[in-house]
Amino acid sequence: MTQHNNETVMMESTPPTGIQVVLREFKKDKVAMFSFVGVTLIIISIFITAWMLDQEEVLKINLFERYTEPGENGYILGADEAGRDVLGQLVIGAKNSLLIAIWVTVIANIIGIALGIIMGYYSGIVDNVMMRIIDFIITLPTFMIFIVLVSIIPEYGVFELVMIISAFQWIGVARLIRSKALSEGRRDYVSASKTMGTSDFAIMFKGVLPNLSSLLIVEFTLSLAGNIGIETGLSFLGFGLPPSTPSLGTLVSYARNPLVLAEKWWVWLPASLLILLLILGINYIGQAFRRAADAKQRLG
Amino acid sequence: MWKTVVRRVLVMIPQLFILSLIVFILAKQMPGDPFTGLITPETDPSRIEELRIQAGFYDPWYEQYYRWIANALQGDFGQSYTYKIAVSTLIGERALNTFWLSLLSVILVYLLAIPLGMLAGRKQDTLLDKIIILYSFISFAIPTFVLSLVFLFVFGYRLMWFPTSGTVDVGLESGTLTYYWNKIYHLLLPAMTAAILGTTGIIQYLRSEIIDAKTQDYVKTARSKGIPIRRIYTRHIFRNSVLPIAAFLGFTITGLLGGSIFIETIYGYPGMGELFISSITSRDYSVITALIMLYGFLALLGSLLSDIIMSIVDPRIRID
Repeated sequence: MTQHNNETVMMESTPPTGIQVVLREFKKDKVAMFSFVGVTLIIISIFITAWMLDQEEVLKINLFERYTEPGENGYILGADEAGRDVLGQLVIGAKNSLLIAIWVTVIANIIGIALGIIMGYYSGIVDNVMMRIIDFIITLPTFMIFIVLVSIIPEYGVFELVMIISAFQWIGVARLIRSKALSEGRRDYVSASKTMGTSDFAIMFKGVLPNLSSLLIVEFTLSLAGNIGIETGLSFLGFGLPPSTPSLGTLVSYARNPLVLAEKWWVWLPASLLILLLILGINYIGQAFRRAADAKQRLG
Repeated sequence: MWKTVVRRVLVMIPQLFILSLIVFILAKQMPGDPFTGLITPETDPSRIEELRIQAGFYDPWYEQYYRWIANALQGDFGQSYTYKIAVSTLIGERALNTFWLSLLSVILVYLLAIPLGMLAGRKQDTLLDKIIILYSFISFAIPTFVLSLVFLFVFGYRLMWFPTSGTVDVGLESGTLTYYWNKIYHLLLPAMTAAILGTTGIIQYLRSEIIDAKTQDYVKTARSKGIPIRRIYTRHIFRNSVLPIAAFLGFTITGLLGGSIFIETIYGYPGMGELFISSITSRDYSVITALIMLYGFLALLGSLLSDIIMSIVDPRIRID
């Protein structure tokens, strides 16, 4: 260990850049490396297969093939109640679930980062008012409100679902960014910029924001994993994606029928495991990013 | 300390007020009204219309809101139109079921998390520690519905160790010992699921707390006095590290109540979460509004409770 450290010190006279630190962290942590490669491969293959698959064909009802067991008649993972191919639904569902989770994460992060930086930078009254609002929203029973909103919106589709989830998910991001921006806003470089007459907007988004970038990557990865859980959970209960756009949760929800749960495990188990693998893998990557972002926790 | 508590309770009032406004507006957006529940084949449509006018259904919304909130404050949330009984009675029954489930879950959470967290911290960086960390990682990542389904499939349907739904077997005489045992037996699997999902935070917190404590002066003093390591862990470090965990209790309870939606739906356990989902499906609005208000209130109460327990346990953070 010490020898290794000496080597790095001798080899690099300049401090390692961000990407080098991350790479070193992944090299040290084999599980994180494995998760990274695994999750990337799964995501790429899901998107490529989903792009090649014909959704109409997959979702076509074929009662002759009802509950076909895995490996029979060319159904690798068997068929569901209506004779639809489980593997095909799995791929399409995973694509939809991932896309929704990515959209929610992007939207929630943009709102959260913008508001968080504004609150932290200006502090004072702006911060106080916003914090009271955030404190209030945090105490709301979010999951129930999702369900109520989903059931009262008349023309309900993918866009509405993304908006509903994002409307609550920005809060965590905003709180985190605010606390960092509060301390960052007191730094010398910010005061220097102010003296030079740089506009507040430029200081916030060109000065403070890049300094929080490592934190943002961590937050983005971890909230992506959380959002996959929320979307599949809502779809599982029947309040997520509309039936025309199957999600991984929709596939798992067939298990609410005791017969499917007890006897036809191939319908719901693969989707459940895929959800678990995705969330676990993405979380692990996020943890490695977090360690790389914090010099005290680094392994490598 | 009582000053802080009173202040917190006073802050809760406007929060609950805003929540009630939001809930009321949402409820108004939903199609249907409480009188739809009174309709039977024999009722005359004009009679229903009369009732609507009588109850002030066409009044301005603030007057309706005032009436609703005034009744709600007296514990009257109206009628459930699927069950045709008072909402408060209905929720009362379900809340009791959820309470037993949460109680058993909380007990199991602490029974599981404290030994695991202590062991992981004490045997830092050993294989055991790594296994416990892996466990806490999986329990953090796994969605409630996935774990519940897998448990129900494995222990309920395949191994047949546990019943797969309900609160108690039919035909057992209420009040007997077998009856109560049967009730607990029905609770065990859902409670285990909730407990496993609830352990993550406590294990990780306790582990890092114990690792920190190892290098503290009081531990060194105890060592140099010649106290056996075992005793230092079970007495000195344990007391210092476990106390902050008590403060999680408030959040743990609310967290379990929130997670109950999935667990109760999947295990077919008639509690509040299951009631919420079935009310949404049957569009039983008076029940939905009452439940959301109750959950919101419980969340506020949970965070208040946590703060109170924290200030009792750790006098340093007591604010007056």
